[in-house]
Amino acid sequence: MSSYMGYRRKDGKVGVRNHVAVIPSVVCANEVVESIVHNTVMTQGIIHHQGCCQTPPDLERVTNCLIKIGENPNVGAALIVSLGCEGVDTDRLEAEIRATGKPVERINIQELGGTSAAIQAGIDKAQKLIRQISGCQRTEIDMSNFVMGIKCGASDTTSGVASNPVIGYVADKIVDLGGTVIFGETTEFIGAEHILKRRAKDEKVASEIDRIVTEMENRAKAIGVDMRKGQPTPGNIAGGLSTIEEKSLGAIVKSGTKTIEGVIGYTEAPTGKGLWIKDSPGREIELLSGMAVGGAQVILFSTGRGAPQGFPVVPVIKICGNPVTYDRMDKDMDINAGKVVTGEKSIEEVGEETFDMLMRVACGETSKGEAIKYTKSMDFYCLGPVI
Amino acid sequence: MQEQVKAIQNHPLDNVATLFDTAKAETLVMVIDKKGGSSEVKVLNDIPFGHKIALSPIKVGEQVTKYGEEIGIATRDIAVGEHVHIHNIDSIRGRGDWTKEGAKK
Repeated sequence: MSSYMGYRRKDGKVGVRNHVAVIPSVVCANEVVESIVHNTVMTQGIIHHQGCCQTPPDLERVTNCLIKIGENPNVGAALIVSLGCEGVDTDRLEAEIRATGKPVERINIQELGGTSAAIQAGIDKAQKLIRQISGCQRTEIDMSNFVMGIKCGASDTTSGVASNPVIGYVADKIVDLGGTVIFGETTEFIGAEHILKRRAKDEKVASEIDRIVTEMENRAKAIGVDMRKGQPTPGNIAGGLSTIEEKSLGAIVKSGTKTIEGVIGYTEAPTGKGLWIKDSPGREIELLSGMAVGGAQVILFSTGRGAPQGFPVVPVIKICGNPVTYDRMDKDMDINAGKVVTGEKSIEEVGEETFDMLMRVACGETSKGEAIKYTKSMDFYCLGPVI
Repeated sequence: MQEQVKAIQNHPLDNVATLFDTAKAETLVMVIDKKGGSSEVKVLNDIPFGHKIALSPIKVGEQVTKYGEEIGIATRDIAVGEHVHIHNIDSIRGRGDWTKEGAKK
């Protein structure tokens, strides 16, 4: 299959979902956003904990991330919920999302007279947006417009031998079909960066890989403590992973074998097709946001111990490498790559099964996480302190 | 008869293999390599699902190799068939607890 059914947006991007993103500009607006989302259909709240009392670089970072979430092609319209005194630049947030041609509304809790008035106004505005975009139709889209994020979480040793190789197989296939793949988790390049550098497009990209890994490792070292217990996590260790190097070598397998076209920052999107590295941490909630910020339409997520993760506006398909976990958590796990470990199926067979599901999800089928609304845990990766 | 526990050696250079079942001490584990070859190793101590077993003796300070790459160094001598995990191997990366000279603080 070399096409899928998606929503073509006015800015030329293509989405696989048609959500109204309800975006709090600051943590203090979360409660209003949750009430609006609870009382409307098609809405997804971008609940995060940033937006004020941060250093200027982080406020810039959060503003850019919120803009890029609004720009994500799975978002058809956006409602911005502002408190009124936050650090995030809400004028720029509104203007830049509006520049994509999407309908955008904004409410201000302080101006409206508080929480209950803002909830009522927000529901009214959301209703208007829903009615504006709910009639959008899917059309046939070429795979060159496909952008996929990849991630592993709650890993054990099966991730490196089963579910990550399956994702690597699919990632190679997407690149061959002309699409774009974003992979990240710089923390989990530590000890495996030499392998990634050999796949870099040129010297510049190789030195960028070195730079981000050194910065991440120094960030861990600067705390003056042992990064073990943080990485690998206690769950990783119980699952048989002994060191960060072992975790990294298993983690990078999911990027496949293709040339690495470039390295992008946390708030950036790839500037071309093919395989790209996003400088990002290992923790799921910040990483998945980074993928959405990068324009990912769907995320493939590998796990061994059983991470149930989802994301508000991007479907997350979970591939489980551990057959015991799959049997225990099959309502969360979309694909059983444990069959590779038991010898029942090859990586290629489970890879094809995953690709088929990826295309079905791109065309509208819900992932298991979407079906049970496991879509709310998210946040943005900030560098400085809360002040 | 219970089926024999299997372990996978990811790369010919690896001195450890990963078990895909729990293995009791004194039992034999079948180690399968990527080319489909197999050999047997006697388990010295109980090893949980997903954990590693030593395929050759590893001296303290020597490299532990998986995927054909370094995953850490041995912190004590490890015998063939022994459970290889955080009690006897250690990461050499991201060590904020080490000084610039590499010594422990």
